[in-house]
Amino acid sequence: MNSSKTSIQFECETGNYHTFCPISCVSWLYQKIEDSFFLVIGTKTCGYFLQNALGVMIFAEPRYAMAELEEGDISAQFNDYNELKRLCHQIKKTRNPSVIFWIGTCTTEIIKMDLEGLAPKIEAEIKCPIIVARANGLDYAFTQGEDTVLAALAQRCNVVPTKEEISGINPNLILFGSLPTNVSKMLTYELTKYEIPIQGWIPTATYRDLPDLTDQTLICGVNPFLNRTATTLMRRKGCKLISAPFPIGPDGTRGWIEAICEAFNIVPKGLVEREKQIWKSLAPYLALLKGKSIFFMGDNLLEISLARFLTRCGMLVIEIGIPYIDKKYQAAELKLLKQTCDFMSVPIPRIVEKPDNFHQIQRLNESKPDITITGMALANPLEARGLNTKWSVEFTFSQIHGFSNARDILELVSRPLRRNENLTQLGWFKLVKDQNDQTVAKV
Amino acid sequence: MKLAYWMYMGPAHIGTLRIVSSFKNMHALMHAPLGDDYFNVMNSMLERERDFTPVTTSVVNRHVLAQGSQDRVLNNIRRKDREENPDLIVVTPTCTSSILQEDLKNFIERASISTSSNVLLADVNHYRINEFQAVDKTLQQIVEYFCNSETIIDVQKTEQPSINLIGFVALGFHSTHDYQELQRLLKALNIQINVILPEKCTVEQLKTLPKAWFNIVPYREVGLMTAKYLEKNWGMPYVSTIPLGLVETGKWVKNIESVLNDSPFCKEKVNFTSFVQKQTFFISQAAWFSRSIDCQNLTGKRAVVFGDATHASTITKVLAREMGIFVACAGTYCIHDNLWFTEQIQGFCDEIIITNDHAQICEMIERIDPTAIFGTQMERHVGKRLNIPCGVISSPVHIQNFSLGYRPFLGYEGTNQIADIVYNSFTLGMEDHLLEIFGGHDTKMTLTSQSNTGISWDSESQEELNHIPGFVRKKVQTNTERYAKALGLNIITLETFYSAKEDLEAQRS
Ligand code: SF4
Repeated sequence: MNSSKTSIQFECETGNYHTFCPISCVSWLYQKIEDSFFLVIGTKTCGYFLQNALGVMIFAEPRYAMAELEEGDISAQFNDYNELKRLCHQIKKTRNPSVIFWIGTCTTEIIKMDLEGLAPKIEAEIKCPIIVARANGLDYAFTQGEDTVLAALAQRCNVVPTKEEISGINPNLILFGSLPTNVSKMLTYELTKYEIPIQGWIPTATYRDLPDLTDQTLICGVNPFLNRTATTLMRRKGCKLISAPFPIGPDGTRGWIEAICEAFNIVPKGLVEREKQIWKSLAPYLALLKGKSIFFMGDNLLEISLARFLTRCGMLVIEIGIPYIDKKYQAAELKLLKQTCDFMSVPIPRIVEKPDNFHQIQRLNESKPDITITGMALANPLEARGLNTKWSVEFTFSQIHGFSNARDILELVSRPLRRNENLTQLGWFKLVKDQNDQTVAKV
Repeated sequence: MKLAYWMYMGPAHIGTLRIVSSFKNMHALMHAPLGDDYFNVMNSMLERERDFTPVTTSVVNRHVLAQGSQDRVLNNIRRKDREENPDLIVVTPTCTSSILQEDLKNFIERASISTSSNVLLADVNHYRINEFQAVDKTLQQIVEYFCNSETIIDVQKTEQPSINLIGFVALGFHSTHDYQELQRLLKALNIQINVILPEKCTVEQLKTLPKAWFNIVPYREVGLMTAKYLEKNWGMPYVSTIPLGLVETGKWVKNIESVLNDSPFCKEKVNFTSFVQKQTFFISQAAWFSRSIDCQNLTGKRAVVFGDATHASTITKVLAREMGIFVACAGTYCIHDNLWFTEQIQGFCDEIIITNDHAQICEMIERIDPTAIFGTQMERHVGKRLNIPCGVISSPVHIQNFSLGYRPFLGYEGTNQIADIVYNSFTLGMEDHLLEIFGGHDTKMTLTSQSNTGISWDSESQEELNHIPGFVRKKVQTNTERYAKALGLNIITLETFYSAKEDLEAQRS
């Protein structure tokens, strides 16, 4: 097949798939923004999810809490304003944060609680900024929660006049996306090598250091799920978006740096060599992964970037399930995916938006991939049926960005292969009873 | 609104899902937003379940908010029916459905016309009941659905004495092990198990429930409603003693004996007295442990207990009655069952606490400063912070409490397990104590934690304080400083130190 002629096809299924509720972003964002406090305004359902998803973090007195809605709140017997003010006062007193995030949930949506309206009033009363993000399960999946928070945070950036107006154009760069501090430092370092004028990041380690924007600010995202943040910065703050693939894998990182350099009219010297070197260091993993097939069930929106990198590693991607694609925001990434497939002479994998896990399991049974990237709800049952799986959530919580973390991605992807090799030799392959074989197709 | 960080119990729908997924060939269809299916993650991770959790979602999203859920719910029911053909589809409302106020009941009636599966709406209101109440309610609902006078016409009691064992459910605390243990016990008593409910139970089996002579409900949280239903409609008596600890297990066996002997189907009276005696004295090691000098050393040691009603009440009894430990405070988060709980542990502990606020429990533990804690994962972490050992005796728990090895809490083997947990918790503390007395691995000068009372210690008294074993040092320090403060002193000398000690002892005696 001459793949260069085919364009990317998108399919859309029923949206019956397992993913985390977007309020889970609280778990990494409260750690990232050190002077913040996250108040999730929801029910026991939300609280129980966070408690289970956060695991042991919960015991470390995290800077998050539930404002648990009771029946009186639902029936509007209690006054939302008074209730929220009381809780925020309490938070201010005991934790003294620089900013309080209110995370709206399904319930606040359905009862139409006017969080955006209440926040400024209470903010003025308690003298602490309150930022509202509606990260609910009605509208979003998993990592998109971060997107809603960062979009709301971006609104708080000041737009200041350009300093040296005489010199005409004076562009600077703001990067957006929450990464562990050492990873964002490393990416910053990569760019400063080429003298890119980085103004700052959204978010920063402290709310108080939120960077200012100018009318010359260019922006670039580091993660594929940040389309709302991008849109907010463009529409509300007049920033210009640099369309780039995401810095995941050495190929993505190079593409990302190149796109940024191009926007600043800079030729990145030595970048190609740098990429080559990284590929060389990955050789042992590549030998293991080459020719192996992989299936993404889809739940965190990192799927396109990971599939593109793994295709370049020589793997055969059977399906890319993904909750949602913003084709504009992901344009450069999709283009790189196509180029990579052409380069490797493989067909462009099937991309399935809003997948249906039941149907996917049937496709898994047919294609029998070497590795399946899936959520924890399905991982153990699939393993018991002899499929190698890797939990998708780990990609969200591991360091996968930039040149030097490419290795970590491959470490994760190849782990089931390395581990299961011994077990297969022992004959411990399929660990469900035979009469249950039909249940393979059952979710 | 309530500020909350931690919950001892989940929302109601979790209870329903635990019941439905325990049965064989039943399916739960949640009416919920995307992301509320984390029950599947819990089931798959904690239970290390090999099979797919039979729970799917009829997704509530923007579109549904605008158009209503009706078509989607109908389609999803039909689809599940087609794909898996379960015996029963339980439509499970969540907090979201509670406020949407759609007529789910009506959707279901319409759907069931065109499906071969039975369809039922779980009667659980998010805002009215909690996880445990939903567990109880849903089980009763399903039993009633398949086991009523219309579905069963003729009931033939079994020839031999038999029972239904009710209450073994997914994600239950050591539930699978408990069930094996009780199965073993009942076999030894020559009692047949008619049906185990709900774990792996089929619809066919549900229809045979009334064949059993009576029912056994070993946990307070699961199955009482069902047992009462079966009593009322099928005249089946039930035993609800919790067979945890030697005394209570003995009682349980004796209760079974009397229900058997009272039964109109009983042909030959039984007497289990010698069985109980043999098990207690020789098979279980716990009675002997109580008598041994190891356990003597635990006499009067202070403990606190917290957990669900079943475990907290029975463990309190074991500690106080069987091991001579002083239970300074016992409590439960099962607020809905507080009367029963209070009645159970009356006289076995000094103080009773009923709350689902973990901060209150934390304060209680700090105030009492026990030698050991018996509680949930939350209390284990409090213990870690305060340097007090903790044995985990109740949900909520982490994956390490879903042990692969055989660890029942009920029955005679259960008594051994509990004795180990209790003994290990206390000796861990003791070991620390001894290590410190003899210098142990803690050779460098231990600085007492900075107190904010503004009272300082002179070098002599400081040194003396450092000789106090670590696990009581903090307490001695606080007491002495409190004493000094009362006297208006701001420096503690050796003299103050000793007189504080004497004063405290005088107060105690
Ligand atoms: S999906 Fe909605 S109700 Fe469920 S946890 Fe998320 S925000 Fe809460």
